[in-house]
Amino acid sequence: MTSVAPPRPSAVRAPDVAPRRGLGRRLTRFAPLVPALLLLLVFFAGPMLWSVYTAFTNLALTGSSTVSFVGVDNFTRLIHDPSFLHSLWLTLVFVVGSAVIGQNTLGLLIALLLRGRSRLARSVVTGLVIAAWAVPETVAGFCWYAFLYRTGSLNELLGHLGLSQNWLYTTPMLAVILANVWRGTAFSMLVYSAALSEVPPDLIEAAAMDGASAWQRLRHITLPLIRRAIVSNLMLITLQTLAAFGLIYVMTGGGPGTASQTTPLYMYQQSFKFYQLGYGTAMALVLLAVGALFSAIYLRLIRLEDR
Amino acid sequence: MTDLTAARRGTSRVVTYLVLAIIAVAFLLPFAWLVLASVQPGAALSADMSWTFSAANFQDVLTVDTIFRPMLNSVLISGGTALLTVLVAVLAAYPLSRYQSRFGRSFLYIILFSTGLPITAVMVPVYAMYSRINLIDSIPGTIAFMSASSLPFAAWMMKNFMDGVPISLEEAAWTDGAGWFQSLHRIVLPLMVPGLTVVFIFTFVLQWGNFFVPFILLLSPEKQPASVTIYTFFSQYGQVAYGQLAAFSILYTAPVVVFYSALSRVLGGAFSLTGAVKG
Repeated sequence: MTSVAPPRPSAVRAPDVAPRRGLGRRLTRFAPLVPALLLLLVFFAGPMLWSVYTAFTNLALTGSSTVSFVGVDNFTRLIHDPSFLHSLWLTLVFVVGSAVIGQNTLGLLIALLLRGRSRLARSVVTGLVIAAWAVPETVAGFCWYAFLYRTGSLNELLGHLGLSQNWLYTTPMLAVILANVWRGTAFSMLVYSAALSEVPPDLIEAAAMDGASAWQRLRHITLPLIRRAIVSNLMLITLQTLAAFGLIYVMTGGGPGTASQTTPLYMYQQSFKFYQLGYGTAMALVLLAVGALFSAIYLRLIRLEDR
Repeated sequence: MTDLTAARRGTSRVVTYLVLAIIAVAFLLPFAWLVLASVQPGAALSADMSWTFSAANFQDVLTVDTIFRPMLNSVLISGGTALLTVLVAVLAAYPLSRYQSRFGRSFLYIILFSTGLPITAVMVPVYAMYSRINLIDSIPGTIAFMSASSLPFAAWMMKNFMDGVPISLEEAAWTDGAGWFQSLHRIVLPLMVPGLTVVFIFTFVLQWGNFFVPFILLLSPEKQPASVTIYTFFSQYGQVAYGQLAAFSILYTAPVVVFYSALSRVLGGAFSLTGAVKG
């Protein structure tokens, strides 16, 4: 496009298009991609590449200008840091408990139960589930904080049974897992409702005629047919849950002690409270690597259709 | 159909509705405190019912410092992010949707790959970079990063919406010598207003609730959006005014509710966001 073309009569233009089919034309075609590329490079890829470098330095926000290269020290420190290993374990518990088991199963269950129900039932249930999803993270945190607190609504209900306790102290992980199931189930529910709507009903009716029980129909017909949706959903919710911060931070702050300090919270503490940016970045890289791995698996699974 | 199966059908229907009712109540309960506490004077954390209701909590938080400025900041930050994201995503979606090429496809893969990366982890290096180039505590800087982080998903949705506009409509324009910009501006965009609205609202709502990014990047209270000030409001004082916190939460959540209902109207009743996601 930058070539200086001499003015010419429009009749000559048509044959002139042919030579432009090459690089120039391709550049013109993809020009609208430039803003997106710039934004992603400067504010996304750039910091991440830079973090690869930072993770090998002792950069700290304490004002000292001497940043020296410390090699793999940050990573050796990571694998010998019991707090980090503990946080990784809690992250695993959080992801498996709230996403893989909680949101995934509950989302599928709700989608299955809502199939063929009345309009009213569908809109009430999906409305409530989506409301929990739509509420901002901090507000969701407050709702659950108040719900589970020693004098909160849940204990008000359980008090009659003698089960009243401060759930945020006795079982902080269970508390944040439940809150995250509440908050994130909508996504799985929507994915599964869409997938189930594409399962041909006559297939299921035929199986019912042949005497297949509801469980058999689910196990041998419905689940295999929505297999792809299940795998996609598992990958996506794992990615969404892996780096969850706000909900846990508002509810427990990682406590009591470090009882609910997942890796993102530990990373936050090290980077922004103790100003160990180099160390924090090493942790960020570990999280990014895990995220990248799941993202790559997800891409292999969905395969772009336009080939 | 025999009587037996009919009876069994009936029982399973009852069980189904029972389970659905339990699920609905379970999802409703955590909201209970929020609503009750907001209308009761001197509310504590408990949801005990005293039958006195007042709007005092709402009146107390309706001040410039508590709610108006943070909400205005939220509108500015989320609105700016949504606008920038939609603009850049539309431009990026056009070649991705219209031309088949290896380059376009690899870009699409990169975009999809980036949607999966944990933003929380990206924040540490972004903070380090921003503190070096003096973009900490800058609203435009925050908007830029938020747009970059919401761009991959927005571009992906946008491409899927644009795929729905038949290319044959444009071919006539192309033979008349229209460039890509005219074709996009005159033909494609007017036909995908619902898609644009969905991407805008989706980005806006997501960033309206975003806590971590502004929490890290914006330091002065007069620049922080409601998602952050609501947290400081909650943790700052020893004696938290829970009634006011609940009122604040409701006012802060209200725009999201409005936008979600708008979204479901745009999408024609059924909330089919996943239709755009599925690809």
